[in-house]
Amino acid sequence: MTAKKKTFEDSLVRLKEISDLLETNEVGLDESIKLYEEGVKLAKECYKTLSEAELKIEKMKSELENNIE
Amino acid sequence: MDLFVGEEKNIYSVSQITGSIKRLLESSFGGIKIVGEISNFKPHFSGHWYFTLKDADAQISCTMWKSNNTRVRFTPEDGMRVVVSGNITVYPPRGNYQIDVKTINLDGVGELQAAFERLKRRLAEEGLFDEALKKAIPKLPKKIGVVTAIDSAAFRDMISVAKRRYPLVRLVVASSRVQGDGAAEEIVQNINLLDKRGDLDVIIIGRGGGSLEDLWAFNEEIVARAIYAANTPIISGVGHEIDFTIADFVADLRAPTPTAAMELATPDKEKILTWLDDFLISSSNNINSIISNLKDTVFELINSYGFKSYDYILNNFKQDLDNYIFRIENNLDKKIKKEKNEVELQRNILEAFNVDKILQRGFALVIQNNKVITRAKKYNKNEKTKIKFYDKEIEI
Repeated sequence: MTAKKKTFEDSLVRLKEISDLLETNEVGLDESIKLYEEGVKLAKECYKTLSEAELKIEKMKSELENNIE
Repeated sequence: MDLFVGEEKNIYSVSQITGSIKRLLESSFGGIKIVGEISNFKPHFSGHWYFTLKDADAQISCTMWKSNNTRVRFTPEDGMRVVVSGNITVYPPRGNYQIDVKTINLDGVGELQAAFERLKRRLAEEGLFDEALKKAIPKLPKKIGVVTAIDSAAFRDMISVAKRRYPLVRLVVASSRVQGDGAAEEIVQNINLLDKRGDLDVIIIGRGGGSLEDLWAFNEEIVARAIYAANTPIISGVGHEIDFTIADFVADLRAPTPTAAMELATPDKEKILTWLDDFLISSSNNINSIISNLKDTVFELINSYGFKSYDYILNNFKQDLDNYIFRIENNLDKKIKKEKNEVELQRNILEAFNVDKILQRGFALVIQNNKVITRAKKYNKNEKTKIKFYDKEIEI
């Protein structure tokens, strides 16, 4: 189950892999179709994640900063 | 006598005259500024600095206590032209006067430039700028550390770049003063702070444009060493395109501005989205071509000689079978015909030799042992003999 929870970055890397595999046409039909399905699913997820992302900013507190204030 | 008495009154002890000079000098020359060249610079292990300030015709001793010199933003070297500020003090045990230096600054932009060049050369020789040591900047960062002033325009610009290009990223900002006293120390502390987290993909250190003095913190040795020591890749983005700082040389990647630094640290969202579009199209094309290639292969196989030969073989067998049947039929026919002819022949013969007809005409058959005796020599007179007439058979 943990393997299913891929980060965006992992997904992109996987997509690149799938893209190359389908491009070179070295896997069988069943495998190709599986890869294709996986790829389309991942691509859609990535698309959604990226389109809906909102920048998060975290402030790091340093002792020095506190002293100055 | 008066003369002597008078003379007696004008005599000072060494301590008295030194004390007078001390009061006079120290009250007359407080808060002065002096420009000169450093020579004989000696940092004492106690942290205090001792040096001489000189020009072509004169020199003066200087001391700078640790409490003051920790705020100095460069490392003094012999030959540097500086402006010092402080007070004249007299040191009675030695009978000399000196300047108690409160601040020391390089004299003008030329000197800052010279100090910059000297430090740059020194650090380059030490190997801090080696290209081979530069760390790669990750293409898809999850977290980016930022060392800059949090309320600066530069930081706001960095935020908008990050939002536009790659909003998936998380910015971790360690706010820092980026100019003035103590800025370098703060920058160093924040670099260390962010580096120690260990979860940042890259750290950007930066500030907007300004004068050489404004940017000076990024030319300080402690900042250079902190960048060099960090395990996290560091991008520097200081000032404008034309500004080069020591930090730029040590950093793993130099960006011309803080905004450019954020651009270098983040992938472009639009490009990724386009790539995803391309992926969907090309992978769909690929899968279609895989399927149609396989269809072609199946078609070719079906039409191959191997598959066709099945038909040939079958047809051959059929033909053979027909042949056999044909031959069997043929032979059978012939035999039947031959038999028919034979029968016909026999029938004719029999017809010709019809015994009854002969008997009718008056002939008779002599029969012994159920055989017709056709010759006299075959007749046995001791045997029972039957004579067959047309109408009747008799025994004799």
